[in-house]
Amino acid sequence: MAPPATLTQLDAMAAQVPNGAQIAVPPDNSLPSVAMAKALIRRGVRGLRLVGVPVSGFATEILIGAGCVAEVQTSAVSLGEAGFAPRFSAAVREGSIRVLDATCPAMHTMLQASEKGVPFMPLRGIIGSDILAHRPDWKVMNNPFADGGDPIVLLPALRPDFGIFHAAMADSRGNVWLGRKRECATIAHACQRSLVTVERVVEGDFLLDERMASGAISATYIDSIAIVERGAQPIALLDEYRTDTAFLLDYARMAKTAEGFAEWCAIHVFTPRAAAAE
Amino acid sequence: MSDFKPEELLAATICRLVLDPSQPVARHVAVGAASPIPAAACYLAQKLGYPIRLSLLARTQGNPFTDGTRELFDLTGQGRIDLFFLGGGQIDGQANLNLVGTGEWPGRGVRFPGSFGSAFMYMMVPRTILFREEHSPRVLVEKVDNISANGVSEPGVFRRGTAQALVTGRCVFQFHPATARFSLASVHAGETVASIRAATGFSFDVPAEVPETPAPTAEELALLRGAVCDEMLETYPEFCARVFGRKLAA
Repeated sequence: MAPPATLTQLDAMAAQVPNGAQIAVPPDNSLPSVAMAKALIRRGVRGLRLVGVPVSGFATEILIGAGCVAEVQTSAVSLGEAGFAPRFSAAVREGSIRVLDATCPAMHTMLQASEKGVPFMPLRGIIGSDILAHRPDWKVMNNPFADGGDPIVLLPALRPDFGIFHAAMADSRGNVWLGRKRECATIAHACQRSLVTVERVVEGDFLLDERMASGAISATYIDSIAIVERGAQPIALLDEYRTDTAFLLDYARMAKTAEGFAEWCAIHVFTPRAAAAE
Repeated sequence: MSDFKPEELLAATICRLVLDPSQPVARHVAVGAASPIPAAACYLAQKLGYPIRLSLLARTQGNPFTDGTRELFDLTGQGRIDLFFLGGGQIDGQANLNLVGTGEWPGRGVRFPGSFGSAFMYMMVPRTILFREEHSPRVLVEKVDNISANGVSEPGVFRRGTAQALVTGRCVFQFHPATARFSLASVHAGETVASIRAATGFSFDVPAEVPETPAPTAEELALLRGAVCDEMLETYPEFCARVFGRKLAA
């Protein structure tokens, strides 16, 4: 089978991301590429500006722990059932990363403005929250269609350099398929380039199949694809594999200290894949 | 009789608040991530025969949102979600919620995960039930360190609703937006007005008579342990194992 022109190796894909890049990443219920986060740590990238769409999870947590991150813009960072994200919490305490707090629909809305190519979009709510007081880039104006009054928040378009996520599969044309996890479609539409890991590449064209097309993202938006089996692990992949909560609890325990995190990385990030497989 | 778990009392109590006839009808209720007790309360209302559409954000199989999680916020923006649940690392006497952290912004004391959708949802749903099991002076404070979502808004700011009630492991408070104060609605068995005061960092109003929170009925308990648990096993396996002693068949 002829591979799509964009098919590459994981480490070559990670090499495309320069220091300081702004990267949009989906949360743990929506297909983060943990494999790519690990590849970025191995590459030793620095100064990343991560964007949680709309919140952040394990991939963001380990990139922060490894010192790859300068800034996180998100509505929350959490390990779900495994609780608070320990390296994120430590970085906030130490002031070693800049946190731009947001609220979920604002993250979506800023990316939707980029999808449409407009400079900003309005969103209800938020007025009275301290989030707004700490976001000088968010403005409040009166609704120009009302008869005076009716203040509403305006959010600037957000166009990250890269969108990075995992998908179940790609086809021979470079379309990717991830079912109803449409956050990733918003990410792909809004970001300048999208780098996607997939479990497998299959023959054919998802866009010719009515049942597949609605869960697909067109190759128009996808720049690079790398095959990484179990590339979301320990996070779930649709109905293919479940979240490994025991693994996350073990991580949360080890990552309470910087030393424990380094030890975890030595085993799970830097050890060659064959040895790290369970 | 007290042959039920605290989680079962809380689920039955929240269910009654969802069905409260003095409130606008809840046709479509959304439940956020990590909220098994509110989810159980809503399933209980369904199993009792009330036609509630329930959308669980955390649902792994059959998730109701086919357009990404932004669909929840788009529905809410339109006014198509009637009731939502929120909590907080700190909740204060004006029903302000802090999900960011203690100390200086953005939580230089103890950092909590973050505000999630609270700054939007709290203002855009007609009804919010606040729920936090831990009832202590460190959670229920006079004034939150940071406001993720405010309990009341300035006049002229668009807002559909606010907190209906705050349910904790010790009691139920009702919220009064006109005065921006809580009043004590009921205390769970074993608690008194004095014990609630001692455990609460904010001041609140106390009516002449404060009833005990009603225990779950035999029918409610049977539904929680049966049909409700059946619905929840896939999404909340650990909760179902711990509270109902049931596991998903492998």
